[in-house]
Amino acid sequence: MKQLTVLSGKGGTGKTTITAALAVLAKRAVVADCDVDAPDLHLLLRPEILKAREFRGSKIAVIDQTKCVKCGVCRERCRFDAITQDFAVDPFSCEGCGVCTIVCPVNAVSLTERISGYAYISKIKYGFMVHALLNPGEANSGKLVTMVRQNAKLLAEKEGLNLIIIDGPPGIGCPVIASVAGIDVALVVAEPTMSGIHDLERAIQLLKHFNVRSFACVNMYDVNKDNAYRISRFCEENGVEVVGNIPFNPVVTEAMVNGRAIVEYSPECDAAKEIASIWDRLRAELSF
Amino acid sequence: MIVAVASGKGGTGKTSIAVNLAISIRNAQLVDCDVEEPNAHLLLKPEITREEPVYRLVPLVKEELCDYCGKCAAFCQYNAILALLERILVFPELCHGCGGCVLTCPKKAIDERKYRIGVIKEGFTDDLKIVFGELEVGEPMAGPLIREVKKHLDKSRNVILDAPPGTSCPVVETVKGSDFCLLVTEPTPFGLHDLKITVKVLEDMKIPHGVVVNRAGIGDKKVYEYCKEKGIPILLEIPYLRKIAELYSKGIPFSVEMPEWIDRFRELFEHIEGLVES
Repeated sequence: MKQLTVLSGKGGTGKTTITAALAVLAKRAVVADCDVDAPDLHLLLRPEILKAREFRGSKIAVIDQTKCVKCGVCRERCRFDAITQDFAVDPFSCEGCGVCTIVCPVNAVSLTERISGYAYISKIKYGFMVHALLNPGEANSGKLVTMVRQNAKLLAEKEGLNLIIIDGPPGIGCPVIASVAGIDVALVVAEPTMSGIHDLERAIQLLKHFNVRSFACVNMYDVNKDNAYRISRFCEENGVEVVGNIPFNPVVTEAMVNGRAIVEYSPECDAAKEIASIWDRLRAELSF
Repeated sequence: MIVAVASGKGGTGKTSIAVNLAISIRNAQLVDCDVEEPNAHLLLKPEITREEPVYRLVPLVKEELCDYCGKCAAFCQYNAILALLERILVFPELCHGCGGCVLTCPKKAIDERKYRIGVIKEGFTDDLKIVFGELEVGEPMAGPLIREVKKHLDKSRNVILDAPPGTSCPVVETVKGSDFCLLVTEPTPFGLHDLKITVKVLEDMKIPHGVVVNRAGIGDKKVYEYCKEKGIPILLEIPYLRKIAELYSKGIPFSVEMPEWIDRFRELFEHIEGLVES
């Protein structure tokens, strides 16, 4: 079984658009949306949910007000400033570490599990999709990504599918690290802007750090061809093959508005054709 | 006043809006809290006047005192300590630095050491003050660095916080304590979907908010319908113009080349001030 992750560093460069297109082109795969705090892939692949499961990723401290003597030791010891002036727990700051439970002299604090989100297993026209939704404002997106990837693996084994395509989150932090751990191939989607170049560099550094075989493509390359050229040069110097330059085409947004992958909505347009050629290159690499 | 600029979806134009707003108003400080991929400095090209490494604390086990009882490992909620029969393994990348292991160790065998997670840089572009953090590549946790960056807020100025994309902990960490949050979205299904999640976060946190529609003219009208239904004010619309996209691609804030926007950003800020005061 092979695993491919689409990522970018910078947000909004076209990861989801490209992942959806690759899913359609691959025809038989498990597609995993690992952008669990702002997942959008379902808007293009329109999954039919088969199974939903609660995700309990973290704990939160609870203070029993009938026992609390308001001594303030918990507030003093909490390194996350999660105990408020009136001795309540701020759910946006509490990291569920449990220090308050051991320092409280009257045992008024305990840890309780919180439901941090949901994970889904779904059917799509082109195989299966695994996805999730982190509750707004929650922590532990990395853990939920790991759960989504575990679901993808089990499902692929069960259904005899030998490719997992992963839509990664933006950034380079914990959910991204969880999205690239142990994969075979990464495709970095860059945009030809100064920010896009900077973020691509950091994404490639991260992939090198984790020894992942990486490819890159430039989306909307014709918005700034000089920068697209700079990206190619940088990739070449770093041993990353550029597998495509996708032109800007408003029909891509039109496809999104219609809830379709670009290669379904307008397979003959220049952007769709370029993505198809990117897929051909990746497919050879994945021996799919 | 502290105004955060957030979005849910990445690439909607947070940094562009934050930067254009900061250069249009007087006495501002721009704080880039997207420590995973900080970009504001690429547009502002500040002269860096200060750099400061940032660390978080992770356990340091003194094996000569340790009797491998395993209480630290049992306490740790993040599986950052593994107690074997005659060895203790620490995984600093999983540690949240709560200090609980130090407190639970009956032999006082655990100290803490500093573990570098990134750097904070400060500088100026003309009289605009800029602060940003850069997370070390490979470091998973952005939250502790964002918290450190936010200690550099200059409250004598109008603070503009540029948030990371998403809706989870790094965003919460950024917008916490803001007087207002500007939500930048694009009028597409992706933009709307992620806007809705972010609105939910802000409602839970009780932070007043308004919307900037960027790339107006692409996509559909559903963002407008949603805002109307929810009573969320649309404070500014920026049309989709190739010129704006090209300027951004070159790292130039568009109001520098299109000065008519300076007034619009000033009006936007005054509008926000009015909303916060009421």
